[in-house]
This record gives sequence, C-alpha cells and structure tokens, in this order.
Amino acid sequence: MTPRLELRGIYKSYPGVIANDNISLSVLPGEIHAVLGENGAGKSTLMKIIYGASPADQGEIVCDGEVLGEHGPAVSRQLGIEMVYQHFALFESITVAENIALSIPEKFDLDELSIKVRRVSEKYGLPIDPSRLVMSLSVGERQRVEIVRCLLRNPKLLILDEPTSVLTPQAVRILFKTLRKLSDEGCSILYISHKLDEVRELCHSATVLRGGRVTGKADPKQTTSIELARMMVGNELPAMTITPTEKTLAPLLRLDSLSYDPKDIVGTALKNINLEVFGGEIVGIAGISGNGQKELGSLVSGEQLANKNSEIMIDGESVGKLSAGVRRKRGFGFVPEERLGRGAVPTHTLSENTILTAHDKGMVQRGILKRDKAQEFAKNIISRFSVKANGPKALAQSLSGGNLQKFIMGREIELSPKVLLVSQPTWGVDVGAANYIWQTLIDLSRLGKAVLIISEELDELFEICDRLYVIADGELSHSLNRTETSVEEVGLLMTGVKNSERLKYAL
Amino acid sequence: MRYKIESRSEPSRRMAIAAPLVATGATLIISTVFFLSLGLDPFLTLYTFFIHPLTSMNGVSEWLLKASPLILIACGLAVGFRANVWNIGAEGQLIIGAISAAGIGLFSPWQDSIFLLPMMIIAGMLGGALWAAIPAFLKDRMNTNEILVTLMLTYVAGLLLSYLVHGPWRDPDGFNFPQTSLLPYAGTFELFDYSYRLNTSIFFTIVAVVLTWIFMERSLFGYKMSVGGVSPAASKYAGFSASASIWVGLLISGATAGLAGMTELAGPLGQLSSQISPGYGFAAIIVAFIGRLHAFGIVLGGLLLSLLYLGGETVQLILGLPSSIALIFQGMLLFFLLASNFFINFRIRKIGQRVS
Repeated sequence: MTPRLELRGIYKSYPGVIANDNISLSVLPGEIHAVLGENGAGKSTLMKIIYGASPADQGEIVCDGEVLGEHGPAVSRQLGIEMVYQHFALFESITVAENIALSIPEKFDLDELSIKVRRVSEKYGLPIDPSRLVMSLSVGERQRVEIVRCLLRNPKLLILDEPTSVLTPQAVRILFKTLRKLSDEGCSILYISHKLDEVRELCHSATVLRGGRVTGKADPKQTTSIELARMMVGNELPAMTITPTEKTLAPLLRLDSLSYDPKDIVGTALKNINLEVFGGEIVGIAGISGNGQKELGSLVSGEQLANKNSEIMIDGESVGKLSAGVRRKRGFGFVPEERLGRGAVPTHTLSENTILTAHDKGMVQRGILKRDKAQEFAKNIISRFSVKANGPKALAQSLSGGNLQKFIMGREIELSPKVLLVSQPTWGVDVGAANYIWQTLIDLSRLGKAVLIISEELDELFEICDRLYVIADGELSHSLNRTETSVEEVGLLMTGVKNSERLKYAL
Repeated sequence: MRYKIESRSEPSRRMAIAAPLVATGATLIISTVFFLSLGLDPFLTLYTFFIHPLTSMNGVSEWLLKASPLILIACGLAVGFRANVWNIGAEGQLIIGAISAAGIGLFSPWQDSIFLLPMMIIAGMLGGALWAAIPAFLKDRMNTNEILVTLMLTYVAGLLLSYLVHGPWRDPDGFNFPQTSLLPYAGTFELFDYSYRLNTSIFFTIVAVVLTWIFMERSLFGYKMSVGGVSPAASKYAGFSASASIWVGLLISGATAGLAGMTELAGPLGQLSSQISPGYGFAAIIVAFIGRLHAFGIVLGGLLLSLLYLGGETVQLILGLPSSIALIFQGMLLFFLLASNFFINFRIRKIGQRVS
C-alpha cells in the first residue's frame, strides 16, 4: 500500500537550536500514528512543516506517492491535510457557523452550512450548536468546532497537536471514539502527544522524538509505558521522596469569599472562592484552562487588586488591596506560568532579572543599584538550583524553558517566602527538570511553608499535592485529600457537575 | 539559493559598534553619487559640509551652542522613551519653559539681583514640567494617548507664545516686531568670550548627561522604568508602579525641555520672540534614537545633528547649495542608522535549496 504520508530527512533549525534533525516517518491510510516526545522535542515544528505553515530547511515530504514542493497551508488543505492546533484560531465574537464559513474558499450559504455542521458533528459524536457565539463556548467545545471544521472537508490526513491537554478525562473518551471512527473510514491521523497512556490506548504505531531526532519507532500496544518513556526521556528518573507533613495551626494563605468580575469579556468571573493553605502542605488547584485560573493567579499575586482587603490574607494579615511588591515584602512568592516577559525580562541578563523581585536583598543603596550583589545572588541561584546557563550574564531568553523555570523558582525561594504560588510549574519543562522542580516544592513545604500550585496537568497534581481543589467556571470545589479522591472524581468536578447544562455538552 | 531573516539569540556586540560606522559609510557613498549627479565635486562638498564648520573657533562655538539644547532635551526624552512613555511634545514644553522664564526675567521686581537667573531656571523647568503634567495626569487617570496629547499641546503652546509676543508682552519700543524687550543683564548667561555666542548654560547639559546616565543605568527607579518599557507584564508582576513611570517620564522630559527653552532665551536670544526654537524639541527625538536612548550615545547624536544643521548653512553660504541638503543628509543618515541597527538583533542567513 502507498503510504498516505512519508517524510524523508526533514531538517529545520532555528537560531541556536536544531528543531528537527533528519526526521523520517511514514503513515499508512487509516493509520493513527503517534508522534511522541517531551515538550521541546520538535513535534510541533514537524507538524507545521507537514502542514506547510513553516518550510523545512532540507528534506522532502511525499503525499500519496507524490513529492510536495514548497507548499503553504492552502495547498495542504487541497490535498486533504487538515490540522487542529493546540491553540485555537477562532474569532470569539462571531458564531460557530460563521467561523467555519471563514475557512471555506468557495461561495457558501450560511443556513445550508449550519445544517451540514450539525449533521457532521452529530455523525462523529461531537454535538455542537452552529448558531452559538464562540465566546460562550468552553475550551472543549471550541476544540470540537476546530475538528468539525476539518471534518467538513473530508480530510485524508488529520493532524492533532496535543488535543487532550484542554479536555476532561470524560471528554477525552468521546474524542477517541471519533478518531477511531475516522480511522475506520480510511482517514490517517497524526496524533501528537506526550501522554503515554493515551498513545498506548489509541494509536497503531508511534514515532518517538527526543531533542529533534527520531529515537525510536514502536507499536505502542506491544510496548510498555516504561520503554516508551525511556525512548522519550533517555534515562531513568529518580524517584521522589515525599515525607509526612506537619501542618501549621493557622493557615498562611486564606481566601475568604474572593469574588471578581473581569474587565474584558473574555475573562472568567470568580465566584465566592474560599481556600486555605497551611504551612507544611502543598495544595493544588486543578481545572481545564480558562476556568478562572489566570484571574485567580493575578488576584492572589496582587497584579490585580481584590475588591476588599479582607478577601485575601497572608499569615493572618489582610492584603487584598496591597500591590504585588508589598505582598512580596509580607512573605509572598509567585512563579507565574509565563516565564519570559512576566517572570523574567527576556532581554535582561539573569543577574538583572534578580533585581526584579529581590532588590530588597541588599542590592540597592540610597536608590543606586549594587550590581555586584545582584550578580552574586544570581550566581548563588544558578549553583544551588543547578540551572544550566552561561553564568549570571546570560540573557534570560537564552535559557531553555526548564532552566529558566528553575531560575525563577530559585529566585522566589531565595526570598524565603511564607507562601509560594506556582502556576503551571512544569509547562514546557523536560522530565528531568520537572522532577527537580517537584522535589524542590515538596522540600519547601516540608520546611513549614505553604505551597499553592495551579496546574492543568492532573498527573502532576496527584504526584505532589497533599490536598486538591478543582476550579470550574470560576467556582472552587470543596477540598479533596489526595489519598481519598480519584482522577474520576476530580475529572467530574472539572466539568462543573453542579451545572447540568454544561455537563451535557462536556460528556 | 534562498535567504532568510532570523533573530539572533543574543544581540551582536560587534554589530552594535559597527552600525554607526556602516551608516556613516553608506551615507558618504550615496551622497557622493548624489553630488556627482548634480555636477558637484563630492570631496569639496563633503569637506564644506562636515569639516569646514569646525575649522574656526566661531564654528565650534555655534556647533556646541546648537548641540547643547538638543542633548539636554534628548536626555529627558530618553528617560521616558525607555519606559514606553512617548513625549512627542518637547517643543511645546520648551516654549512654555521659555515663556515662564521670560515672565520672571522681565516682570519680577528683582531685576538686578544675582538670584534672578536661578529663579528663571527654576521657572523654566517648572513651566516645562507643568505643561508635561497635563498629559501625565490625563494618561494616568483616563488612559489617554500621551503621543496625541503632548503633540496637540505643542500647538497650544505655540499659539500662547504668539499671543504674548504680539499682544500684552510686546516691547513698546520694538517697532511693532513680535518680540519682548531684552532681558536684564542679571537674567542672561555669562559668555565664555565676547566674540562668540557659546555661554555657561552648557554646564547644565553636562550635568544633565551625567545625571541621566546615573538615573538610567545605575538607579533602581531607572531600572524599574526600563522594565516597564520592555516587559509591562514583568513590571506588573514585580509590583512596580506604572503610574509612577508615566509621571516621572513626562515630568523629567518636560523639565529638561523647559530648561532648554530657558537657556535659549537667556543665552543666544536674550528676549522672547515668536521664533524661540528652530524645532529643537522635535529634532531631540531623533537625537534620542540616534543615541539609542543612552546618555553618552545622545551626546554623540546631538553633536552629529548639530553639525548637520551647521553644515547645511555652510554649504548654503559658501557653495550656494539649497539648505534642504541638510535635511536630505539627516534623512539618509537616520535611514541607514535604523537599517543597520536592525542587524544588531537580526541576521540574514543563507539556507540550502530544498531537494525537489
């Protein structure tokens, strides 16, 4: 059988990094082919090359036996290659049908299109109302729109980039059913993921990438997770040590009926959030992205001020109306999810980036900076937290995601906070660094500090947290003990079970 | 063979030094072609433009005299520009500074006091700062665009000046010329030498350059402002005050522009007239960018732009060329400077042909 898609020796480099190095793979018609790899292994780059969104430096792409020359997304789509990006490209202020109409080159009739959308979406078990505004859709529903948009064109090859990262466990089941049906109809699927269980469950074959190269090809059903992980990561991981905890008597961080109305229409309103974090424990907040995590993070950090001073308390003091700088002085540390541009200034050196939050640590005398002190501070962080960097004079943007995360986390920990909030601690971080970061957080909490983690990765939360909350549509669930809850219970709470209308769409 | 532009992982130090040289070289080459096509001797013209003005003491004095207000204003502007506070209305603040200083100099009762000049200096700086406080207040409270407000206030300042020198402040013995009477002797700067116009106000510029350097490169507040400029989210995360940046950026640039207006008034002009500045407030924006918003770079930029002004006048006088030649030079030099600055952060790379 002629392969639907064949890649031969694809090579692509960006400044300072080779994203794809001599990558070859082939996908048969109807095959669900996994491209496995850590964040930064080069998966997304490869998919963009196939789809034509970015050209390869070298190598060739063969589709149904024909070599593709330079091609853009428009050519790909004519050939029947469709792609669902990790970050959706939908206009918020118009309806589902209008969004889909925008991607159709031919003339169209909106009513007819709506009927078609409804039919296709029901056929594949992805119910979606074409007349709804995208603004009002949940993240999972938006993904359905993207998929239905592709399916309307009867694709021969569908590329999905980390499709489950925004879904509840229940919604993942539905997606898999759809994908299997498509595969039975002869559509090939390239499934990009770093989640081993999913790949083993769904895919017929897998190509594993590490550092831009192919490190293995496997039949995921015949290969154990451990073997796949080894191909992905390259070495075995040290186990983490979680010691029993001794909690402080009073909570170090307390949110008391915290409510917030977003200023722009795309934000999520927070409703009456109550939360306590004691010293000595790690508490996690689970949830699908876009359910209020961003707003919660900036309210607790002080980047956004609360309505009432008493809504946020750090170590018994009300701080809701104090600025981020003052809260830091009261013992609050924060590691945001965007490292470049928020947690660190990309074009500044590491040494200059310590001044950002640590300028109180003897780096300023009568308003004048003492740069040698900043340099010492940075050097200390680099060695204590084993940050791989070209010394304190390296630019923040020259570090890899994991190393910059270690640096920012190190900087905040060196400020000896009583409460540390970490948002998405291991986003875009390789497994080795992730383990290190987790262990650091555990150790910090066992020193009697309160650690709060906001994460979309359930595995991560179950790995290190003592207690969990779930945020859904701006509301926080009751507290769950990690040892007494399950992925299923958390998954159900993530869909906001209280709200039956939403549940219908989510399941 | 295909080429692509890509960003460098780190800004190139070599390119940072080479950029002004490359720009100067390209300007010289293109202008040589330009002069040849006009049938002029390129060497003589370039010599007259760039070297001749500096061969006499008077030329040097004029060179520094013109560079001084440009550098002074650009220093203030750079402080704001680094924090993304775009004061485009230094010209207006300069005018208000000159008006305020003239008000004290002409109408205060201390006409012979040694404190008259210091009081005029304070009045000039306060006037400029107050004029800049209007856009600062509007931006801080109502999030107005300071580019528009500062620019529009420049026209308001110009009209106010015009009203004063045509109306209530006009010199009764001045044959109806739109100008005030001359400032008293105590209200003018001392000249270095009575043959030349250069005066002691240049010391203010020197002090301003040093203070700007300390503020921007060494102080915590300057650091905070520059973070707000390059990464507003990081500035918010760190808890730095955005409104403090707006106020400081506008007040400092307003004060330096006001001071520049005052030094023009109490220096070469000696009286307030409807033509107080040949556009120093706008040219200083160019100076700030030629100097890459760095205090010492601004000194070089100010000297360069001042020389371009002077050279334009010289070729007009000696060779009879139109003065718009100076504008062409300015434009060309700026164009090449900005183009070569691009290569500090970007590079062009050759990539192999794709096999097909």
